[in-house]
Amino acid sequence: MEFEKPLPLQTPASQPYWEGLKNRKVCIQQCDDCATWIFYPRNHCTECLGNSLSWKEVSGEASLYSYTIARQPTAPHFADEIPQLLAIVELDQGVRMTSTLVGANPSDLRVGMRLRPHFDHMTDEVTLLRFAPLVANSE
Amino acid sequence: MGLRGDAAIVGFAEWPHVRRYTDEKQFTIDQWAELTRLALEDAGLSIKDVNGIVCSEIREADMFTPATIVEYLGRPVNFAERVDLGGANPVGMVWRAAAAIELGIADVVACTTPGRPIPSNPNRGPIDPRRYFQSSSHKWGSPQAEFEIPYGNLAQNCGYAMIAQRYAAEYDYKPEALAKLVAHQRDSAALNPLAAFYQKPISADDVLKSRMIADPLRMLEIVMPVAGGGAIIVASKEIANRCKHSPAWIKGFGEHLTMKTPTFAKDLCRSPVGPASDTAFDMAEIERHEIDACQIYDCYSITVLMTLEDAGFCEKGKGMDFLLDRDLGFDGDFPVNTHGGQLGMGQAGAAGGMTQVIESARQIMGRAGERQVPNCKNVYVSGTGGIMSEQAAVIMQGGGNGI
Repeated sequence: MEFEKPLPLQTPASQPYWEGLKNRKVCIQQCDDCATWIFYPRNHCTECLGNSLSWKEVSGEASLYSYTIARQPTAPHFADEIPQLLAIVELDQGVRMTSTLVGANPSDLRVGMRLRPHFDHMTDEVTLLRFAPLVANSE
Repeated sequence: MGLRGDAAIVGFAEWPHVRRYTDEKQFTIDQWAELTRLALEDAGLSIKDVNGIVCSEIREADMFTPATIVEYLGRPVNFAERVDLGGANPVGMVWRAAAAIELGIADVVACTTPGRPIPSNPNRGPIDPRRYFQSSSHKWGSPQAEFEIPYGNLAQNCGYAMIAQRYAAEYDYKPEALAKLVAHQRDSAALNPLAAFYQKPISADDVLKSRMIADPLRMLEIVMPVAGGGAIIVASKEIANRCKHSPAWIKGFGEHLTMKTPTFAKDLCRSPVGPASDTAFDMAEIERHEIDACQIYDCYSITVLMTLEDAGFCEKGKGMDFLLDRDLGFDGDFPVNTHGGQLGMGQAGAAGGMTQVIESARQIMGRAGERQVPNCKNVYVSGTGGIMSEQAAVIMQGGGNGI
């Protein structure tokens, strides 16, 4: 059986996010009413349910909130990525997102370590946002 | 607020949990009916007494599940509910049944969770590769389809592993404490003929030497899928007092939901079972120290640790020491998962959490045989769905006649 990598299909709500990544920019939403930062993209604020949100470009710098090293693939589609370095990443604005780490030695991973965005152009249409250690690996 | 506490579990049925199921395969609705029949027989009731059902998903229908089941049973009901809380279903079922009974909507409610394989479909087409995404929705517009699946954040292991890893960064993480917990549970399972690991105890050292699956979780800290199934019958005070067994009264419950994907938990180290348990204890007017046994949902070792802390049985961050200091066996000073838990029973899909509900009633009824907790009056049972995203707690009590 063929296992093509599952890629995101952008929606009207998320289009600016994926468009930003294509251009190597991290854009997330902020609530016009209460200034709460929001991720993933949607039409309502997660704090006040306000429906007026604005897109803002941010640096993409982040900290590692948690991670795991998957020693067996989470699905056959990811068999070539073993070990998968799955991460929960906290952007400096406080929002969290799921990602994977690149350019990192698994044994060097530490909760709280600083990260920078890594734009992974999967296709002409889709760029995934992965993260790399802010301080380059010594290897 | 809450229950009077005069609805009770009056009977149950539990199939042996087996790794390789070799008997005749039946559809989920057949299994539903058979487990219900056995549980009613156990209680000393008949299908004619039933006027409520609580179910979860069945394999034969995506929608109209309760009506499909009621039609098959041939028994009209006044109360029918489908619960959608994953592993927390059985605990969620118990309190919904009790609430319906206390409201006077129903007198006898069957809560059933089949967990055996169904016959293979002779006309099944090619396998959809998206089936491997399991409980992560790949539908158009699903946040998981867009922001989780492309990164491979799938299934349960990695989510629980990331909870454990965060815990390790904030508190003291002691793999030997979790290994001891697993060994205690396997000791209990070794005495439980219905458990997949009946007569197969292991040591803490075996756990620590098992293969790393997703750091820091090792293979023996993760449930094994099995075939099984269980059912309980919940009844009103009037009916409970004429059933065969001493009733397990449902005194309090709580439920709390926070997210689908742990990435979006406000605090990964504070699980929803905290608020759920506070509600349950307040409602039951029972203190933590009055609990004689805990049946804690244990898809992973870390789930038990987090539940012990968040439900208030020990201080936050001190759970590892608690596990090392206390004897969690059925004959210990803090009995936990006296049937072996799901780590000892195996996890029969949605029926996994039902083993905890059934063991709670079994202990209160004094029917646990070799692994009976002496004078077991008050039992705390928890259910966990998703990745600690939806959790429920129930407190049951034995003795008295429901007043």
